[in-house]
Amino acid sequence: MIVDIGIIAAKALMVLSMVLNLAGVLGWIERKASALIQNRIGANRASIFGFAGLGLVNTLIADPIKFLTKEDFIPPKGDRLLHTLAPCLALFPALVAFAVIPFGDILVVADRTINLQVANLNVGILYIFSMASLSVYGIVIGAWASNNKFSLLGGVRGSAQMISYEIAMGLSVMGILMIYGTLELQEIARAQGNLLWGWLPAWGIFLQPVAFLLFFTAAVAETKRIPFDLPEAESEIVAGYHVEYSGGKFLMFFAGEFAEIVTAAGLITTLFFGGWQVPFLMRDGFHFPWVGTLFLPQLVVALLQVGTFTLKVLFFCWLQILLRWSLPRFRYDQVMRLGWKMLLPLALLNVMVTAVLIVAWQSAPLKP
Amino acid sequence: MILFLILAGLSIVFSLLVVFQRNVIYSAMALVATLFLIAVLFLTLEAAMVGILQILVYAGAIMVLFLFVIMLLNPGLLEGRSIAWWIFGSLAAVLLLFVLVPFLSDSGRLLPGQAPAGGSFGSPESLAQSLFTDFVLPFEIASVLLLVAIIGAVVLAKREV
Repeated sequence: MIVDIGIIAAKALMVLSMVLNLAGVLGWIERKASALIQNRIGANRASIFGFAGLGLVNTLIADPIKFLTKEDFIPPKGDRLLHTLAPCLALFPALVAFAVIPFGDILVVADRTINLQVANLNVGILYIFSMASLSVYGIVIGAWASNNKFSLLGGVRGSAQMISYEIAMGLSVMGILMIYGTLELQEIARAQGNLLWGWLPAWGIFLQPVAFLLFFTAAVAETKRIPFDLPEAESEIVAGYHVEYSGGKFLMFFAGEFAEIVTAAGLITTLFFGGWQVPFLMRDGFHFPWVGTLFLPQLVVALLQVGTFTLKVLFFCWLQILLRWSLPRFRYDQVMRLGWKMLLPLALLNVMVTAVLIVAWQSAPLKP
Repeated sequence: MILFLILAGLSIVFSLLVVFQRNVIYSAMALVATLFLIAVLFLTLEAAMVGILQILVYAGAIMVLFLFVIMLLNPGLLEGRSIAWWIFGSLAAVLLLFVLVPFLSDSGRLLPGQAPAGGSFGSPESLAQSLFTDFVLPFEIASVLLLVAIIGAVVLAKREV
């Protein structure tokens, strides 16, 4: 009993600290990557013995200290309580959403099966969507409580944008759910270990390429980053919903945004890129088609899976940062038109085509 | 049981705040908190699907639209109401009580100490199964109703252009 509780607590702590630390690391990577893309050096004060790479360690400590020691400014005519509550509302959903994303297969250690996933809910992906839908409140409340016209504009833009893209995001995943026939993310990840025609891993990207594009676009819009950073839009409304935030509260908004990036990357990995699956790696080792098998101990397999999952997540975090520094910002009407007139009909079409194909597949005489 | 008492107490406190707050934004946020707490209550009753849908639909979508409208109109603090308004409100509350009391006294078998319904009850599969077999007609009627509402909203919005 105590061991079980300990295992659950350890898993929760591990995932939480991984998301938070990755958020901090991404904050540094974003500065360095933007410099790399724009042919600058960037963040040059934080280096150890001249190695910019070691500056990461520095930045991870220096950043929070700097943020936390700054003055916490609350607008005199703003609302004290809600102004303080808003950053918590922004950070909380981003941190807890990762709980249902599996980072490895079931591990059997000393007659004890450990599911490498913090919470195994039978509604899995709906839980993530519900948390994503709650993350609007941080922006809206923060914007209103600041008593600032720019903030309010940012908040109104943010709430309209996030509601619009939530629908497209939810519908785009529908095809994946229909193919794998479950809402549980662990089941979805496991089903992607099957092989199509004996050689192609049944990853979501191969079965639902359109859904991947739609979902990725909607996910970037949900994290409110360029090209969808209308709620902040520095050149139009200063800093949008967090214009009146400083110090630790701004850090919470900042960390919340990066935690959302990590969660989005984890979700994309799980739904479309096999989650913790390594191609051809089964429970007892590699089974290469045409070549042969390579048996591995269970612990090595588990480590490989967790390592692969981490690498995939890091890749999609990097892709999102790359996007931000490569694209210009949309105009507001373009954002709305893209969401309602492009993504939503395409997602509906994708659901219909997938349904027809599944029925045709099931009634086909020859199944691969 | 203790968990239920805490959750129920908190949701009563927040729902009272919805009514008694002068500030509309505070009322809306208290309503969000109430809906969230009720969703957690569903979770403790092993009805994860209902709980999550409660958060997704009510707390996450409908209340966001409420807040959106409140922020656009920005009504500020509510003024005190007139005597006639108070009388009307009390009458409505008493009438609602007459509807609710028989219903609630009827539901004595849903006491919190009872063991939750086991098996696949409340799972997405069983929910979908009953929606698309036993209750397919009410389900379709509800979706037609929603469709009518959507078309109505579009027509109303178009008229002003």
